[in-house]
Amino acid sequence: MKTFFRALRLSLILLVSCGLLYPLAMTGVSQVIFPRQAGGSIVGYQGKPVGSELLGQKFTDMRFFHGRVSAVNYNTYAKEDTVPDKDGKTAYGGVASGSANLAPSNPALMERVQQDLAEFLQTHPGVKKAEIPADLLTSSGSGLDPHISPEAARIQIPAVSRASGISTAKLEKLVSKHTKGRYLGIFGEPNVNVLKLNLEIAELLK
Amino acid sequence: MDWPQILATLGIAMLLVIPTGKYICRVINGSKTCFDPVLDRIDGFIYKVSGIKQAEMDWKQYVIALLLTNLVMTLLVYLVFRMQHLLFLNPNSIKAMEPSLAFNTAISFITNTNLQDYSGEWGLSYVSQMVAITFLMFTSAATGFAAAAAFIRGMVGKSKTLGNFFVDVTRLTTRIFMPLAIIVTLILVWQGVPQTLAPNQTVTTIEGKLQDIPLGPVASLVSIKHLGTNGGGFFGGNSAHPFENPTPLTNLLQILSMLLLPTSLVYAFGLMLNDKKQAWTIFAAMALLLAMALPACYFAEKMGNPLLAKSGLSQTMGNMEGKEVRFGIAESALFTTVTTACTTGSVNNMHDSLTPLGGLTALWQMMINVVFGGKGVGFMNMMMYAILTVFLCGLMVGRTPEFLGKKIEGREIKLIAIAILVHPFVILISSMIALLTPAGLAGISNPGFHGLSQVIYQFTSAAANNGSGFEGLADNTAFWNISAGLVMFSGRYISIIALLAVVSSLAVKKAVPVSIGTFRTDNPLFMGVLCAVVIIIGALTFFPAIALGPIAEHLTLWR
Repeated sequence: MKTFFRALRLSLILLVSCGLLYPLAMTGVSQVIFPRQAGGSIVGYQGKPVGSELLGQKFTDMRFFHGRVSAVNYNTYAKEDTVPDKDGKTAYGGVASGSANLAPSNPALMERVQQDLAEFLQTHPGVKKAEIPADLLTSSGSGLDPHISPEAARIQIPAVSRASGISTAKLEKLVSKHTKGRYLGIFGEPNVNVLKLNLEIAELLK
Repeated sequence: MDWPQILATLGIAMLLVIPTGKYICRVINGSKTCFDPVLDRIDGFIYKVSGIKQAEMDWKQYVIALLLTNLVMTLLVYLVFRMQHLLFLNPNSIKAMEPSLAFNTAISFITNTNLQDYSGEWGLSYVSQMVAITFLMFTSAATGFAAAAAFIRGMVGKSKTLGNFFVDVTRLTTRIFMPLAIIVTLILVWQGVPQTLAPNQTVTTIEGKLQDIPLGPVASLVSIKHLGTNGGGFFGGNSAHPFENPTPLTNLLQILSMLLLPTSLVYAFGLMLNDKKQAWTIFAAMALLLAMALPACYFAEKMGNPLLAKSGLSQTMGNMEGKEVRFGIAESALFTTVTTACTTGSVNNMHDSLTPLGGLTALWQMMINVVFGGKGVGFMNMMMYAILTVFLCGLMVGRTPEFLGKKIEGREIKLIAIAILVHPFVILISSMIALLTPAGLAGISNPGFHGLSQVIYQFTSAAANNGSGFEGLADNTAFWNISAGLVMFSGRYISIIALLAVVSSLAVKKAVPVSIGTFRTDNPLFMGVLCAVVIIIGALTFFPAIALGPIAEHLTLWR
């Protein structure tokens, strides 16, 4: 019985210190030293918050670069998506993350890729099937991947140029500017942040 | 750059082993460290408030203290989950957790498994993420580490007692987990992991649509999630989520955090035993098993998906389904191998979408469950196999086996047989039940052989207290919540109890002097035999399941 009360008292004190004091202290310190990151690295455009630089977004406008396939549609939605239909279901089910968890052998994966492939070839005339980088047509793990590979950005340049009227040379430059190399030249893979790239394009389209 | 970044990561991890091992040894032994002036006061306060006397415990007292503390913590956390809608700090208006899910989640986190049948976005309020999840991430790690400390004391010790559980948990928390967690948290926030109590934010995008941005006290959870080899994510996307793992630097830090304590513990064992050669032999066996798994996973993923290649999508980037661009194949394969070796269970890519052989390496490491392992438990399992190896070799030459100068006899071998058999027993029996019942079959989301892999993966992960998943499995149902809960429970406590009983009976035995006939356990021969025993037992037990799941799927893909 003595052991039980010791266990209870120790549990409570650890609950307060590890579960309350520690995260609250970390929140306080982080808010002071790194207020931008601690708040979600929100980026603004024309003075208004338009997203987080770390989270991808769903882009449909052909004047913009498009990101990867997302199982949660990047938590991007329109107002009407939150209105319940007659079964009480909404098109947008609330904030989420993750992938559809399709196995490599799942026929649904083949179907999705083939459909996206056909659509991509149609909207990007001149592009050959074999040139399309795999990241563009595969679903990210988080459903919120903010990046595409530099190759995946380059292959979209002609189509973006046609729709936006911005020269391909200018777009090439923007893609290079937003291409981030490996950390210390070793870790991770080179990538392009789609939202940051599109914010520059929006600036040019003004 | 694939192999340079993999080898650089493992190289840094190796450099940390010796200094960290020395420090762990000091903490476990109760010897002086430079932080004592401050930390002794904090510890003293904790002992005073909880009424802890620093008396030595024998193995039964130690186990009882461990079980009671874990029971109390489980109940506290269960209550928090059930009442989270009534408590403070719930800015996103999360509802109370349903009973079977709360049962599963409480067991999952107290056993250091962190299998998640919920997603943080809809399942937990900020207060639950803090006082339930973050709290248990510290204490379950400290519990496992304390058990390993007691095990080592018994192994090297001359006395019947194994230390004091309450003192061990306190010292490990204040001297190892808390300081490291604070440092790692701040680096994570610097790199972009949120740490705030503000509610989720909705923004209007430049295309005029809405986007919800999830927030919360994320960094303080993600740091201990890896240091404690817990693995449960703040968000559903776990360490693939850009808010949990935004950059290659955070990825590196998370991999190092997972490897740091399990690898260093082996070295600390050598220091306490006063026989570093013995520790390095065990270390080398673990490293060898890891070195077999890592390339298997990497090359399987690099080959890509032949079905997608056939339909015209180039696979030169490898199998990118379920992976993040910033990590690519190398960092994903490395993360997968390390997280299943160290029984962390966090993921930076979706394991369900791994190629069959990539998924198999993850599954295999959880099946053998001895490669470094989670907080202390992987080490204890490896020692159990070491004793078994000595026993088998003893049988071959017809001599009473000895390990570390102690005779291994019937009682120890019986207990070890139980501990070894529990693992495959709970995995295979519960998989069988799931496959025979409609409620179990209803969870399977991928057709064909992969469906079987999903079921086996779930229970293997639960039994190994890993926590990663083939997450397509629809596991938030009463059947899956309760069955996996029971498997996690038996996977954790039965082996801890059995192994502490083994060392307590070894501890009182008279040491046998080393002679010319002694079977050496600190040389490459022993390392080789040990690895072979692990692989043979693993293969004998699990081969039928592996053949019907991942191997059959592989053969259909590459037909």
